[in-house]
Amino acid sequence: MKENLYQMSKSYSIIAESLTKTFGSFTAVDSISFNVSAGEIFGFLGANGAGKTTAMRMLCGLSKPTSGSAVVAGFNIDKESESIKQRIGYMSQKFSLYQDLTVSENIEFYGGIYGLGKQKLAQSAKELLHRLHLEKDARTLVRALPLGWKQKLSFSIAIMHQPSIVFLDEPTGGVDPVTRRQFWQMIYEAADHGITIFVTTHYMDEAEYCDRVAIMVDGKIEALDSPQQMKEQMKAEDMNEVFYRLARTATRASA
Amino acid sequence: MLHILRDRRTLLVIFGMPIAQILIFGFALSNEVKNTRIGILDMARDEQSARYIQQIEESEYFETTHELSTTKEIDQLLRAGKVQMVLAIPSTFSEDLAHSRQTQVQVVTDGTNPNVATTLENYTANITRDFQQTLMSATELPYTIKVSTRMLYNPQMKGEYNFVPGVIALVLMLICTMMTSVSIVKEKELGNMEILLVSPMNPLTIVVSKAIPYIFMGLLILTIILVLSVTILHVPIHGSLLLLYVVSLIFIFSALALGLLISSFTNSQQMAMMISLMGLLLPTVMFSGFMFPIESMPWPLQLISNLIPAKWYFYSIQGIMIKGLGIGAIIKEIAILTFFAIFFIGLSVKKFQIRLA
Amino acid sequence: MAISIDRISKSYGEHKDVHALREISLSVHTGELFGLIGPDGAGKTTLFRILTTLVLPDRGSATVEGKDVRDDFRDIRTMVGYMPGRFSLYQDLSVEENLRFFATIFHTTIEENYELIKDIYVQIEPFKKRRAGDLSGGMKQKLALCCALIHRPKVLFLDEPTTGVDVVSRKEFWAMLQQLKKQGMTIFVSTPYMDEATLCDRIALIQKGSIMSVDTPENLLNKYQGDLWGIRTEHMYKALQDLNNFPSVTECYTFGAMHHAQVSGLQMPAELHNYLDRKYHKNIRVEKIKPTIEDCFMQLMQADEREPVPNE
Repeated sequence: MKENLYQMSKSYSIIAESLTKTFGSFTAVDSISFNVSAGEIFGFLGANGAGKTTAMRMLCGLSKPTSGSAVVAGFNIDKESESIKQRIGYMSQKFSLYQDLTVSENIEFYGGIYGLGKQKLAQSAKELLHRLHLEKDARTLVRALPLGWKQKLSFSIAIMHQPSIVFLDEPTGGVDPVTRRQFWQMIYEAADHGITIFVTTHYMDEAEYCDRVAIMVDGKIEALDSPQQMKEQMKAEDMNEVFYRLARTATRASA
Repeated sequence: MLHILRDRRTLLVIFGMPIAQILIFGFALSNEVKNTRIGILDMARDEQSARYIQQIEESEYFETTHELSTTKEIDQLLRAGKVQMVLAIPSTFSEDLAHSRQTQVQVVTDGTNPNVATTLENYTANITRDFQQTLMSATELPYTIKVSTRMLYNPQMKGEYNFVPGVIALVLMLICTMMTSVSIVKEKELGNMEILLVSPMNPLTIVVSKAIPYIFMGLLILTIILVLSVTILHVPIHGSLLLLYVVSLIFIFSALALGLLISSFTNSQQMAMMISLMGLLLPTVMFSGFMFPIESMPWPLQLISNLIPAKWYFYSIQGIMIKGLGIGAIIKEIAILTFFAIFFIGLSVKKFQIRLA
Repeated sequence: MAISIDRISKSYGEHKDVHALREISLSVHTGELFGLIGPDGAGKTTLFRILTTLVLPDRGSATVEGKDVRDDFRDIRTMVGYMPGRFSLYQDLSVEENLRFFATIFHTTIEENYELIKDIYVQIEPFKKRRAGDLSGGMKQKLALCCALIHRPKVLFLDEPTTGVDVVSRKEFWAMLQQLKKQGMTIFVSTPYMDEATLCDRIALIQKGSIMSVDTPENLLNKYQGDLWGIRTEHMYKALQDLNNFPSVTECYTFGAMHHAQVSGLQMPAELHNYLDRKYHKNIRVEKIKPTIEDCFMQLMQADEREPVPNE
């Protein structure tokens, strides 16, 4: 079984097998299993308290599963969580950049954390600033940047060390519609370069941009398919309707 | 980390505080006793005693502020805290020296701070020995001046007499100021303050009602410390318990008002905590007089110490508890404390923000 | 007129160089459900704070129920209900204790206005002994709404009540607002979610401290300039790049399952179809579609970017 998992991990970025997390008597994540192919954009949706964040934390090696196992970027999340951290990128709305540092200082800091060599760092920093049209603002404090720019910068930094997977936790919350789309273009580009994208969002139109979407309800994966298939199957107009119909069945009120 | 350098305020605290502390502790504060106010009861009033007194006064340790004429005044002066030591020279001082080459002086000290009292006794003994030496070298005859000592209020030299009032002052300051400011600032952080402000209730009422529990908490803690001190440490309460509580209440009010004041110009619990600790607790420790004698500080610091409410509070409750002082003896301290309370309350009400920044 | 705002400006920062609001004017009618729509940092919260008398404007004036936000702030504070964005209640108090506390603050009791909050409160009543800190996001929000309503305010200010809340809870929340509106309450609500705009009577689109448009959602959609085409092919990412290179396409954005291309001077969808065909796209579908509020918002944003923001 175990060996089997490792063999599969060559074509899959994430393999989760009956992943479970309980807090006391409360089962936050209830035996979820799924695979994410390399280079796929995988949407992870769910109502507040459905267990999304807990699942994501386990996959990033930040919290140990109560039972079940998962292989992320070829490493076992239980035993090799430190190696996983080197191979993934992580970005969330809450945990972001240092507001009191300039744009380039943030790039250098995170580059250093991920062990990029000096030369490579300088090279990547230059490319990154150019791509974001931030050359002029390299010396600007991050605090002074508009939210949308911060999020774009934060994403670029998260993939600077060329991870095999990047986890994005509600990356576009509150961002203006134009910047939101520019952000998704960056996601597409990253996926084109072979980086697997694992993303959560509250915007249902963004669910449509994903290759496949998993919808979590009460700690379980209630549906997992391409948005197109889901809509056809449920005869729904859009993902909003799909999500609403599934999430409405949730019984647990808090998490 | 670079981002620490960008936060100027924190930086100021991080580097400013140790520098200030080193300077203050290094140069201004010491356990050494200097310029102590003393009273002299010279019953001999002759040439010999005058020379002796001159030698005493020449030292940097003592400063004669009172000249007594009767033994009754000794107790009065010490009790009122006008002097910390009285040196009594018997009328037979010169006679005894001339006839038997042996005499005795008496040193009466205020034992509420036993460390200071012992130091004063030792200083006096040293100077007296020097005086003996001078006499001896002049006549080549051995002279003995015995220094008999008496410590008032604290004959057993218990340190508790000093630190119990000090701890009370510290703890009340800590609880009332820090807790009030932190709990109000927490309200701001949570965003609840916005709602409270946008309500028909006078916002000050809300804040004041948040402070009220701390008045009771303060009084309760005062009671606990007093009970423990009396039962376990055997620290006496000679004066009126009622007076003790009244003075404490006045002090608590000024501490609460200070907490309120801090809360109106800080927006994070951390900041409120830092200001309460660094800005209030340390000065209380340094300038209230229970750790470091104020008389020995350079005059600018002595002036500053007058601005610390805890100094006046410490002095009052020590007087009440150990010396059994009545309201008459500490009316000045009470007046000053009341002034502080009214001033801080007034200021905090004035500075209270009815809007967000 | 429940709310009237006249050329309000507000700047922050040491040099007053962060312009949160630039010359904003608005009016909200009594009994209206009015939406302030815009992304984070557009100035929504600042405007809310000015209207709820928490912050003074640098310039301009505003009244709520005829009372001036500067001079009559005490009157306003008795009349309005306010739910700030980051409001998190008293975590250590139970649901019931929180509600009772706010009732006391507003000189009323839960019983007195129970009728108004009943529909919402019954949903959280089963948890009334639970600490507010242990409630889920949706539940907290309902409790916060109850607390804001407890004194039967004339005007209800809700600053981003649905941010970070899932679709199901959001839908429920808007249904509650519709109920309150029926009872004659004026509601001023802000949201970064464009799809919520259509649930309002009138909306103001705000971006970078300026109001781009104020109208009913319907009129706003009618004001959309040019035609909008929905396009779908097998390879969406490549299609986006190709469409942006097509001369008649002014702007093209991803929009869920299809791309929205803003087209001018093009009558037939066949032209677009043929162009994509030449670019080797498969399963091409091109259809004329009705714009959404988000389309309108983006069009107004582009128009704004073309004319530079005046420096003050």
